[in-house]
Amino acid sequence: MDLRFGPDQERLRVEARDWLEAHVPRAGNGGPLPSLDTAEGFDAHRVWERTMFEARWAVVSWPERYGGRDGGLFDWLVFEEEYYRAQAPTRVGQNGIFLLAPTLFEFGTEEQKDRYLPPMASGEEIWCQGWSEPDAGSDLAAIRSRADRRGGDWVLNGQKTWCSRGAFADWLFGLFRSDPAAERHRGLTYFLVPMDAPGVTVRPIAQLDGETGFAEVFFDDVVVPDAQVLGEAHRGWEVAMATAGSERGLSLRSPARYTEAAARLVALHRRCAERHPVRAARLADAVAKAVVDAEAYRYHTYMTATRVLAGGSVGAEASMNKVFWSETDLAIHRTALELLGPEAELLDDEGRPPAWLDGYLFALAGPIYAGTNEIQRNVVAERVLGLPRA
Amino acid sequence: MQFAFDDRQVEFRAQLRALAEKECTPADLRAAWESAPGWSADRWRALGDMGILAVTVPEAQGGLGLGFVDLVLLLEEAGRSGLPEPVVETVAVAAPLFAALGTDASGRWLEGIASGEVAVGVAAPPGAPEGPGGPVLVNAGGALLVLPSAGGALHVVETTGAGSAGLALEPKRSVDGARHLVEVGGEPPAETEVAAAGPGLELWRRACDRGAWGTAAVLLGVADRLVGFGAEHAKARVQFGKPIGSFQAVKHHLAGALVRLEFARPLVYAAAWALDEGDEEAPRLVSMAKSAASDAASVAASVALQVHGAIGYTWEHDLHLWMKRAWALGAAWGDAGWHRARLLGQISW
Repeated sequence: MDLRFGPDQERLRVEARDWLEAHVPRAGNGGPLPSLDTAEGFDAHRVWERTMFEARWAVVSWPERYGGRDGGLFDWLVFEEEYYRAQAPTRVGQNGIFLLAPTLFEFGTEEQKDRYLPPMASGEEIWCQGWSEPDAGSDLAAIRSRADRRGGDWVLNGQKTWCSRGAFADWLFGLFRSDPAAERHRGLTYFLVPMDAPGVTVRPIAQLDGETGFAEVFFDDVVVPDAQVLGEAHRGWEVAMATAGSERGLSLRSPARYTEAAARLVALHRRCAERHPVRAARLADAVAKAVVDAEAYRYHTYMTATRVLAGGSVGAEASMNKVFWSETDLAIHRTALELLGPEAELLDDEGRPPAWLDGYLFALAGPIYAGTNEIQRNVVAERVLGLPRA
Repeated sequence: MQFAFDDRQVEFRAQLRALAEKECTPADLRAAWESAPGWSADRWRALGDMGILAVTVPEAQGGLGLGFVDLVLLLEEAGRSGLPEPVVETVAVAAPLFAALGTDASGRWLEGIASGEVAVGVAAPPGAPEGPGGPVLVNAGGALLVLPSAGGALHVVETTGAGSAGLALEPKRSVDGARHLVEVGGEPPAETEVAAAGPGLELWRRACDRGAWGTAAVLLGVADRLVGFGAEHAKARVQFGKPIGSFQAVKHHLAGALVRLEFARPLVYAAAWALDEGDEEAPRLVSMAKSAASDAASVAASVALQVHGAIGYTWEHDLHLWMKRAWALGAAWGDAGWHRARLLGQISW
């Protein structure tokens, strides 16, 4: 056991820190960027992705031929620590880079990897997800959007919803029912669909925070060639579960997000203690608990990464991860709002939620997306503890 | 970065599990409840023969000269199997302290620990800021007692009975009947001092960190056993024509307890590494580890009882043997809240 990062990682850390210091958009330096969930903000975040890509920071852990640095999991974790430490912008490309890309590396053909990975890394093509439908949320295998064979192509019809980034994205990855006669987990196919294809209609949905962060997407005789099927036809459930594993497990939520938030929470608590000592004393235990949980998640991630590098897999344990990070995120932000007391409800001069409130609104979605925490607890109980299915 | 155990460390744990399955059954634990000192000299010698008691003893004194990363899985297993012996006090707290003292006497004590002849108890004096549980000697019956005086000097007393070295040792019963405790009365005599007030206090603080860390490791095993009890019962117990483990309300209780345990583990393991390295982060990691492990064991105890229903509330069911261990150890060496306050710099040993 050795919990030190190696010299290569420490060099990478210094290089990343210096670059981020010089380039992260801040006040007086082109920032902070407008909200990702507005047309203007989306474009500004796309430019930031391009800036990172050109300096080869967009996809540290990818092979060089796709724009990465051939880095390992720990290189990526070190970069993420520096990224959050620098309070750099939210990654507009994260659905593609952190969710679709691991699935492409596992199931994609060489042609697909060459076609999709570089523009994903550069921010030229931003991806959204197409999982949920109006009647298929937690019960994802109940999806009804169809893929029918016509000529040598597929024709998509139906409706997807809650597509994060869907309002402005360029491409969508999602599941469609390709064999209605098959058992419901079979007969599904995983498609890659351009959002500007004829027959695709996007209707943005305003979220709790007032921004159009997600969207409904309608498919009306959208023609898609075989080259845009990821994995085998009718085996899409297996491919989708790999993506879901990334979403719940290692790649979407790196621990730096929580350790940074916990550090800011401790600073907020210190300021609160000066003006509102009684409130600060009452909340001290919750502040410390947030620190413990953020660190627990960090060390847990190091253990998981060590196991994965030794050839192990993540599996159903990703569900434990998802429950833990989503609840930790919520607890950190709720505690911050309690420390702010009556100021917590105030919006900024432009009528937008300030950082902690904005973070809280975002954190509220955590126990819902990527499979609700109730679904995750079912998975943990059945596949880790071996309890019988209902 | 390599956050994993090696084959030898995992194999050592398997050996202890095999021993405990034979020598520390629930019936053995119940026997420990019935008679002071609550633990078995035969089992202690068996642990010594296996080398577990020698892990942190330097090779010069007949030990293995290993560290806390080598020890942590063994302590976790001790909690899982419910061992009532003072392994934490002897191996995690006392042996590294004696090694640091480097005297002729401490060398003899270390040889006794390595050979399985000496068990150690640790006590905090009345008025000590925090420690192994107020003025109580944990797991009385050891041949040696480590305690600081009110002035901060550190003492080691060879116990010979109720009136050792002029100290009054009054037996106390614990809710965990396997823990036969003793309250220490009086000040230790000058000739038992092993370190003067300044350095003694520093040695004592480090000993407290090791005690809290070792207890956290044991609590992981206690929590693991409790979640296991709950899961087994949920699979076997049938109501409404189905195993109760098929109901979401039951599943979610158990999954929640498992998540708390799963995320307490890496903190305890990371603290072991930091203690081995003498890392300056070690005290913070110890407090994180103890708070997370105390909470995980507490949640596991509540959930296991609720999943069992009335049968778990009986004396006959073994569940309470581990549930009460979780309560007792959760509060020993600083409870979860104490360690969180320490993390914020509000209190210290």
